[in-house]
Amino acid sequence: MLRSFLLLIFSLFTLSCTKEKPENTDGKLKVGLVFDVGGRGDKSFNDAAYKGLEKAKSELGIEFEYIEPGPGADREAALRQFSARKDISLILGIGFIFTDEITKIAQEFPNKKFACVDYTVDPSRKIPENLLALVFKEEEGSFLVGAIAGITTKTNKIGFVGGMESPLIRKFLVSYEAGAKYVNPDCIILSGYAGVTGDAFKNPSKGKELALSQYNQGADIIYHASGITGLGVFEAARMTNKLAIGVDLDQSDEAPGLVLTSMIKLVDVAVFETIKQVKDGNFSGGKVETFGLKSGGVDYVYNEKNKNLISEDARKKVEEIRKKITEGYITIPVR
Amino acid sequence: MNEILTLAFVVQVSRMTIPYLLPSLGAVFSEKGGVINIALEGIMLSGAFAAVAVIHYTSNLFLGIIAAAFSGLLISAVHSFITIIARANQIVSGIALNILALGITKYLCKVIFGSSSNSERIPGTEVLNLGFDVFIPFSVIILFLAWIIIYKTKFGLRLRACGENPEAADSLGVNVFRIRFSGILISGLLASLGGAYLALEQHSFTDGMTAGRGYIALAAMITGKWNPLGAATACMFFGLMESFSLQFSGSEIPNQFIQMIPYVITIIVLAGFIGKARPPKADGIAFEKN
Repeated sequence: MLRSFLLLIFSLFTLSCTKEKPENTDGKLKVGLVFDVGGRGDKSFNDAAYKGLEKAKSELGIEFEYIEPGPGADREAALRQFSARKDISLILGIGFIFTDEITKIAQEFPNKKFACVDYTVDPSRKIPENLLALVFKEEEGSFLVGAIAGITTKTNKIGFVGGMESPLIRKFLVSYEAGAKYVNPDCIILSGYAGVTGDAFKNPSKGKELALSQYNQGADIIYHASGITGLGVFEAARMTNKLAIGVDLDQSDEAPGLVLTSMIKLVDVAVFETIKQVKDGNFSGGKVETFGLKSGGVDYVYNEKNKNLISEDARKKVEEIRKKITEGYITIPVR
Repeated sequence: MNEILTLAFVVQVSRMTIPYLLPSLGAVFSEKGGVINIALEGIMLSGAFAAVAVIHYTSNLFLGIIAAAFSGLLISAVHSFITIIARANQIVSGIALNILALGITKYLCKVIFGSSSNSERIPGTEVLNLGFDVFIPFSVIILFLAWIIIYKTKFGLRLRACGENPEAADSLGVNVFRIRFSGILISGLLASLGGAYLALEQHSFTDGMTAGRGYIALAAMITGKWNPLGAATACMFFGLMESFSLQFSGSEIPNQFIQMIPYVITIIVLAGFIGKARPPKADGIAFEKN
């Protein structure tokens, strides 16, 4: 009885784990994408990457497969799984957390093409010829949303919720703080991170509590750079009726009427362009491709939904700052 | 410091405590009856998922909570079957169920929401428009109810007897199987409600969102010496420390240090420095009727 019961559970389990067989590709370009911690549905970083995939599918006629890896070693296994497949020619790793694994695997599979979003560039290490590093100047976008927050705050206190404590997320905080102080030197910035591991990007309840604490201590605007954890920040904004700033995608729908703006990072464009390069045969790796304010790779959101939250004054001032950044008059600290 | 000791802080501590308290009380019921229920973690996870999935389809808070309760009862029934009737190792069964729950919730999340990591947003308890968190008074009532049931009722006496000396209880005509079964079901029910609370607070389901709370609830129960009130105190302590670590994040005191304190206390209690933590005598031992 028990044995047959366990057997049933086991067989159900194996059935549910069976992969769909890859379809016949008939010469179509096939892309394998491995998501960052948090996976699809984060309304942020990963969903932005997915948008790029979808666009490439409809406009370039490619095919794709994706994996939402679990913690730790799953990431490397997922990359390896795609690399070993005959039909997949481009493998994308989404997130700085892939840096070491993708560098290693790109060297092991020299015939495949790789690209990594938010690759951590280390001058002492050569990027393999078949790996393209896609890097964003988050500091430029964060500086701008910091300036908006600095002008808009009424309490002179603004907050920041980060995901995993890491150089990349610290960059968001430092430039946000610099932006706020640039327009409002007396502004106080409260900050907190959800943790020190990758899981800190997928902990909305922690994000909510961190944000509630900051709102409670007087902050009236909170910027988050924390993946799904940030959805908790929006819940806190809804609860307290205070403002939040989104990241990566326009997150205005996460707390309607309370999202001051979002620091958008065109991960979708980066993913799409990389796939296009591979399709057109002009992909070249071994280098860093940077997306900044100038090329529209990062920006802040100003549209119908948040027009009434950003004053005319703030808008003007921020546009001035944008010009100064793109012309090189402002140097933004990153650490 | 004044900024910290406010009503908001007290409410935050309560919010942190509830997901430990409910499963911890559940664990007391299960272990007082003599069965270790380490499956609490998986039960919480399934409760959270069931609540989110049902609320997603029906937009009805109560149906979601009922679904969560059912999922908890279901898993604890499986645990009962394996441990009481098949007399398998209780720890092994619990761990297997935890792994199963982690996998099944991820799989169903993918089927329903198209992502193995995240669900859509669902409305939470704020739709009741009560102005306070309904789970806070609910948990307090459950706490005192648990104490009364275990120490002041016939069922409680029998439950404790089954955990201390099932042979003696059996010789006096107590149905040990049925009593233990009830204990595990209650633990599943409470743990799944704890999971549902987490999901309602977060307004979504994330894979593995319980993040070890089921295990911490067990630790709290041990620290509280298998007593509902003791367990509640320990849970509150865990909640308090978690709140402190949030309040002090970004300050000079290292976060990790504050988060470490409850675990150090647990180890100290287990090592027997604060009185003796003695489990029910027959805890973890399967009962075989002669």
